[in-house]
Amino acid sequence: MSSKVVHALYNDDEVVLEAVKKVKAANHHIEEVFCPFPVHGLDKAMGLAPTRIAIASFLYGITGLSVAIWLTWYTMIDNWPQDIGGKPSFSWGENMPAFVPIMFELTVFFAAHLMVITFYMRSRIWPFKKAENPDPRTTDDHFLMEVPVHGNEKELKALLKETGAVEINIVEVEDAH
Amino acid sequence: MYQFSGKLKIFSLALIVVGVLGIGYGFLSTPSTPEEAMEMVAKNDDHGADHGEGHDTAKKEEHKDAGHATDAHGGDHDQKHAEHVMHQLQNRPWSAVYVALLFFLGISLLVLAFYAAQRVAQAGWSIVLFRVMEAITANLVPTSIIMLIFIILAGMHMSHLFVWMDPEVAATDEIIKGKSLWLNVPGWIARGIFYLVVWNAYRWFIRKNSIAEDTATDIKIYKRNYNASVIFLVFFMVTESMASWDWIMGLDPHWFSTLFGWYVLATLLVSALTVIAFVTIYLRSKGYLPKVNDSHIHDLAKFMFGFSVFWTYLWFAQFMLIWYADMPEETTYFAMRFSEYKTLFFSMLVMNFAFPVLLLLNSDFKSQPWFVIIGGLVILAGHYVDLFIMIMPGTVGGSWSFGIPELGATMFFLGIFIYTVFSAFAKADPVAKGNPFLQESEHFHYYNIEHHSGEDNHH
Repeated sequence: MSSKVVHALYNDDEVVLEAVKKVKAANHHIEEVFCPFPVHGLDKAMGLAPTRIAIASFLYGITGLSVAIWLTWYTMIDNWPQDIGGKPSFSWGENMPAFVPIMFELTVFFAAHLMVITFYMRSRIWPFKKAENPDPRTTDDHFLMEVPVHGNEKELKALLKETGAVEINIVEVEDAH
Repeated sequence: MYQFSGKLKIFSLALIVVGVLGIGYGFLSTPSTPEEAMEMVAKNDDHGADHGEGHDTAKKEEHKDAGHATDAHGGDHDQKHAEHVMHQLQNRPWSAVYVALLFFLGISLLVLAFYAAQRVAQAGWSIVLFRVMEAITANLVPTSIIMLIFIILAGMHMSHLFVWMDPEVAATDEIIKGKSLWLNVPGWIARGIFYLVVWNAYRWFIRKNSIAEDTATDIKIYKRNYNASVIFLVFFMVTESMASWDWIMGLDPHWFSTLFGWYVLATLLVSALTVIAFVTIYLRSKGYLPKVNDSHIHDLAKFMFGFSVFWTYLWFAQFMLIWYADMPEETTYFAMRFSEYKTLFFSMLVMNFAFPVLLLLNSDFKSQPWFVIIGGLVILAGHYVDLFIMIMPGTVGGSWSFGIPELGATMFFLGIFIYTVFSAFAKADPVAKGNPFLQESEHFHYYNIEHHSGEDNHH
């Protein structure tokens, strides 16, 4: 099964942002917008739900902090207690200031790495994956808006032309999802 | 144009008058004989066995600090102790004024430095706040004059906050003798005057030329202001560090910390940003800053959040190395604060780190004036406490308390602050309309937040 989509290309981030608003206002569904760099406000204009990655990041940070507390307790207090610099390892609490750098680093480490991995998974990106962007120019200086066609080709083309598209192509795509 | 309202003027003058009365009361109620001092301490101990107990520990620390613990023999000791307490209590009103003075002087100075940094970075977002910042720096003038008087009085041995200035101590204490190249009265006075003159000279220059920008026809004045700000920032970084050694670290002359200048900078910088946010929110709520939007408030709150974390980083960097190395000459500083100022010491960490971080972590909260005000009040109180426990242990030791002299001094300087800042704001156009980045500042919108409509700003 295949369907038709319009690829409208733009060469300015402000123009594409306005175009997205106009296309949405005319009640067309926008499948995707491909950009060479992040455009602030584009997600809101497209009507995408706000990101929840901040919440995930917070939870990952808490996880990292917990791991650090366990790690310092297990290695320095429980399993192999040592007297370092006249500070005997009787309890975790008394030695806590020495562990703060570890707690800080592991919090950051967990939050950062797991957040990147989460982002890749949510964006369905993994190593050796074939690139999804339909036009290599979207990695350079062009913006591409993908709008599915439902028998309204002419009207859609006219609208996109009006929004300042520099190039409009109709393409057949295999239904991937 | 903004009009400094009569009501606010009367309020600020009332604060100054009440403040002066409080300070005067502080000076009049100091003991003049050792016996009187012991009576006052005894009265205090009645309602706080805890405090009295801690007092003796402090005594030991203090004696060690001043380097005359060696001659503790018999009955003579009681008399010595009483004299010591008398000196501490005599120091109290001076210290109360000094804490408040440094707090307000430092805030005005750091607003000036932040403002200079905005010019040097050619920041776009903050132009609509320039006149607010300039107005706050006006407070540098009266606080500098009072600081100058304070420096001269200290140099004339009118106050005894700096133990190294005592000729007897300077002659006998080996450690202080070793530092006499830096810690000597003429040098100390000369340096203090030098810092104040440099800071005020830049402030005078930049304020005059910022107003000149408004009517300028070319970019020349703007460029000159940029150059002056670069030079000032270089001077500032060196003089701020040296001033914090001279004026704060010198109170504990045996102790030293190499990041002390940074630490003081962090304390004053986060307070300065909070004050900018407060004055901005106040003036905006009165309708005098129509170009300031929620994104500007959001950015100020981000700075408050960020520099609260920065302060904590420096505080901990200083604390942990001393705690870990455990060398007596370094740990005495924290031992004193742990024994005599424990509650303040720990509540300060909550107020300056835990509270602002948790309150201002959420992006949405940072553009809500009420959250910024609540967070800011705690930050300001926390950093006042921080300065308090930087200064008090070296001057009044265990005989500290927070009462009329401290409150009076704070009110006095707050009154001066309100008077100078708002009358300075009334003297210039509230918008720095000659700045080439003004338009960028007006359009400034942090993409992640919604701006409230004009009506919503008036609360």
